[in-house]
Order: sequence, then C-alpha cells, then structure tokens
Amino acid sequence: MRGLWNLTWLEIKIFVREPLGFVGTIIMPVLVFVALGRMMGGRIDSSERLRGYVGADLPVLIVMLIALNAVLSLVTIIAIYREGGILKRLRATPLRPHTILTAHVLVKLLFSVLTLMLMAAAGRRFYPVALDVPWLSFTAALLLTTISILSIGFLVASLVPTARFAQPIGSVLFYPMLGVSGLFVPVESLPSALQTASHVMPLTYAVSLLHGIWVGEAWSAHLGDVAVLVLVFAICTALSARVFRWE
Amino acid sequence: MSAPAAIQAQGLRKRYGATLAVDGVSFDVQDGEIFGLIGPNGAGKTTTMECVEGVRTPDEGRITVLGLDPVRDAYRLQLRVGVQLQEAQLQKRIKVREAVALWASLYRASVDPRQLLEQLGLGDKRDAWFMTLSGGQKQRLFIALALINDPELVFLDELTTGLDPQARRAIWDLVRGIRARGKTVFLTTHLMEEAERLCDRVAIIDHGRIVDIDSPAGLVRRHCPERTVLVTTADLEAEARLRLVPHVIVTRGDAGVVAIRGEADDLMTGVIQCLADHRIRVTDFRTVMPTLEDVFLKLTGHSVRG
Repeated sequence: MRGLWNLTWLEIKIFVREPLGFVGTIIMPVLVFVALGRMMGGRIDSSERLRGYVGADLPVLIVMLIALNAVLSLVTIIAIYREGGILKRLRATPLRPHTILTAHVLVKLLFSVLTLMLMAAAGRRFYPVALDVPWLSFTAALLLTTISILSIGFLVASLVPTARFAQPIGSVLFYPMLGVSGLFVPVESLPSALQTASHVMPLTYAVSLLHGIWVGEAWSAHLGDVAVLVLVFAICTALSARVFRWE
Repeated sequence: MSAPAAIQAQGLRKRYGATLAVDGVSFDVQDGEIFGLIGPNGAGKTTTMECVEGVRTPDEGRITVLGLDPVRDAYRLQLRVGVQLQEAQLQKRIKVREAVALWASLYRASVDPRQLLEQLGLGDKRDAWFMTLSGGQKQRLFIALALINDPELVFLDELTTGLDPQARRAIWDLVRGIRARGKTVFLTTHLMEEAERLCDRVAIIDHGRIVDIDSPAGLVRRHCPERTVLVTTADLEAEARLRLVPHVIVTRGDAGVVAIRGEADDLMTGVIQCLADHRIRVTDFRTVMPTLEDVFLKLTGHSVRG
C-alpha cells in the first residue's frame, strides 16, 4: 500500500478545494438540520409521536442519506478520473490499483464521519431529545453498512460508461432501493409486490441493522442483516475487481 | 559487441474487436538513443507503446524492456522507467508541487523535485493548480513526472501535440537534454518535423505494420534521394547550359525559375560550377531537400495527415 497515506491526504486537500464539494456535502446538510431543529424545537417536546421520530427514525434517515451521498460522489469521482485519464496516469506508477481506490474510500469515510459528528453535536444542542444510544455498537454497524454500500457503488463505478451518466445512474439505482428499504414506510405496510422487492434490496438490511442497533436491540437479533451486508460486500468487491476499467 | 538493446519487441500483435491495431511489429531501441515511432493517428503507435510500457498486454509477440518482461515484472520495471501518456490529466485542483511530491514518494530513488521543476521552467508554478496550467506547462509537468525517478528509459507519447511552435521547440530541447544525460527515449509522434529534428532513428508505422526503420537522414537518402535546385535567372541561355551538368533533369518554370533535379551527391557543386563557368547571373538560388514527409508519402502512398 505504498503511497496510500500520501494519496489519501492529497485527495482530502483536493476535495476541500472543490468549491461546492465541502460546502455541499458537509456544511449544507448540517445547516438544514440545525435550522429544522430550531423551527420545530417546541413541538418535539409536546408530541410523543414526533419525539419517537426524532429519536430513532430521523437519525437513521440522516445516516443513510450521508452514506448514499458518499457513494454517489465516489461513483462520480471514479468516473471523472477514468474519463480524464487520471486513473490511467496513476496506474502507470508504482501505485497499486487497490491503493488508488482505497484512498478514495478512506476520503469518503472520513468526510462522512465528520458530517455525522457535526450532526450529532448539532442534534444534542438543538434537538431537545435525550438519546440513549449504544454508540460503539452503532458505529460498528454504521461502518459495516457504509462499506457494504460503498462496494455497491464501486460496482456501479466499474460499469458506468461516462462521468455524465455516473450520478444519474447511481441515483436511479439507489433512491428506489432507499424508498422500499423501510426507512420512510415500514416494510410491512408496503404493497406485497414492493415488499418482495424490499427483501432483495441490500439497503433494506442496512436500514434494519442501523435502526435495530440504534434503538438498543442486540446484534444477535440482526445476524441475518449482517450476513447479507457482508455477502453484498464480498460479491460486489469480487465482481468489480473483475470488471473494473481504468480507461 | 554492440550495447544491449533497451527495448526488444518481436512480432507484436494486438486486436481490438475486428480491427488489428498492431500487426506483427518488431523493432529494437538501442541504449542511449532517441527512437521515434512515427505515423498518422490510428496507425498503432500508442497501442505499440502501451504494450511496451506494460499498460497493455499484446495478443502475440515478445517484449523485453531493460531485460525485463513489461507485464510480468511490471512493478520492478516501473521503478526504472518514466512514462508520459497521451492525453493524460491530473486532478483539476492538485498543485504542481503536490503532484511532483506524490510521484517522488512512490519511488525509491527520486531527483530533487524543486530542482526538476526549475529545470523544466515550472519553478514559479509550484503552487498553481493543474487546471490553471497552459497546455505547454501541463506537458512539461508530465515530463517532470516521467523524470522524477531518474529513469533509465523514458516513454513520451505524442508529447507536443496541441502545443504552439515555441513551446514545441522548448520541449525538444528538454528531450535532447534527457538523451545528453545518458537516458534512452522512446517516443511517438505524427509530426514528421519533430521526428526529423529529434530522433536518432525512426520506425515508420502504418496500418499497424512497420514499413521501415532507419535514421531520418538514412530514410531520406534511401527512399527519396532526389534533390532539387531552383535558380532564378533572366539569362535565356541558362536552361541549355544547366542541362550539361551530368545526371540532371532540367525544367523551366514561371518567372525565370529553372529547376534542376538530380540524385547525385555533387548535384549542388555541379550546378554552382556550371553557373560560375558560364557567368550566369542569378537573382535567387534555393535548394529543396526531401523530408521525412516525402519518405512517408512514398512508402505508404498517403500523407501522414491522411
């Protein structure tokens, strides 16, 4: 993994220089979150249902959106790097291919964690809901989920023809998955066709795991979710290793 | 015994779908020379070069680069060669010095990055983003990246394409500098003037096949030996007198221009001698030498710009 830290650090600096990148992916979501909290601060206290939502559903929604955002931007960056010949140029150096890709995953993970920490701090400050969350377990669940979703993103990045299609294809693929994942509507309340769809979508298991661990359920109750996410990671990584194109 | 060849390529073939991009290409690049692969776009230059670099695997053929197999020993070879790829880009917002520092960190040996940038005239661009560089500056940065590990062999693919003549000349000087430090240079170009001025030897490639290999002067001598002297004179006797020079064809053009064509080495001496002997007053005297461009046209039947 020669050069991994150099490359990762460099990509972090480059990302921060992107005028829309830093503000769009980190500052904006946090600001919206803070503004919402201020606007409905009083109502959360008085409404039991709202409190339940803010205490469990909203955090998982936020986490999933941040993870998806990271995946979509990863897909786009890989596509841009491929189209511009940057990947090809990097490949003609002693950098190993997986080093280049790992560096990008690390950058995405880092900024996702940063956004989440800001969100958590803002939630504590602006949302009058006491959270009793097993943070360590949740972090582990989040890491597993994110890496699993990133591997799907990688497979997409390996297949998209051009940078122009990367973002739309990624969105078309991921947002419907998110729609039936139980994040907005409980899976049991979906029409039966969508329920079937839901059960074959990896994001459903991600949401189930994150939500379960967040509300304090045991890992043993979610072994199925973990198995699916690990399997997805293994399959997507193996497939993208075969079909990944450098130019 | 001659010096060992830096590159030996034997019978390379590479097919893309139905097209045979490289069709049985063989050549050697000697240690310490500038060797050019020349031909029109789509002739198979870049594919051949990328096979030699190990970026691409040929369907058939044997390649040895610095005694190594470019595919099997890719990582060992990468430490000893420098590569500039056609139409490469870097991250838009990477700074010049960051790119050079990253590259330097990847190799065991590296030259002083600051000094290298100075040499390539990028000293005052160290903190500039890649996207703000001009075409010539980008090319010079890519040359810097190709040289950062003090390589024994440098690959340059169409390195002056899209540059203005001035930037082009500056890059030619840089490439000669690389050779002067004892390195071997393997380059491709579709610019015949570039090949003629820069290369010790060239291989002409067309439709995936090598047509001939020699020094530019050698190719011209063998394939287009005919030179032309153009004399402008008001002397009406001139044409008849010049016909007396041995082994020449003389034709009369417009505005008193007489063209004397011949293949002999002493063509010019003969013409000058004749003009002096007969006291023919000339107002203009020009020689037209065939170029690599003419050789290319003769050998392939079409212009390199095709």
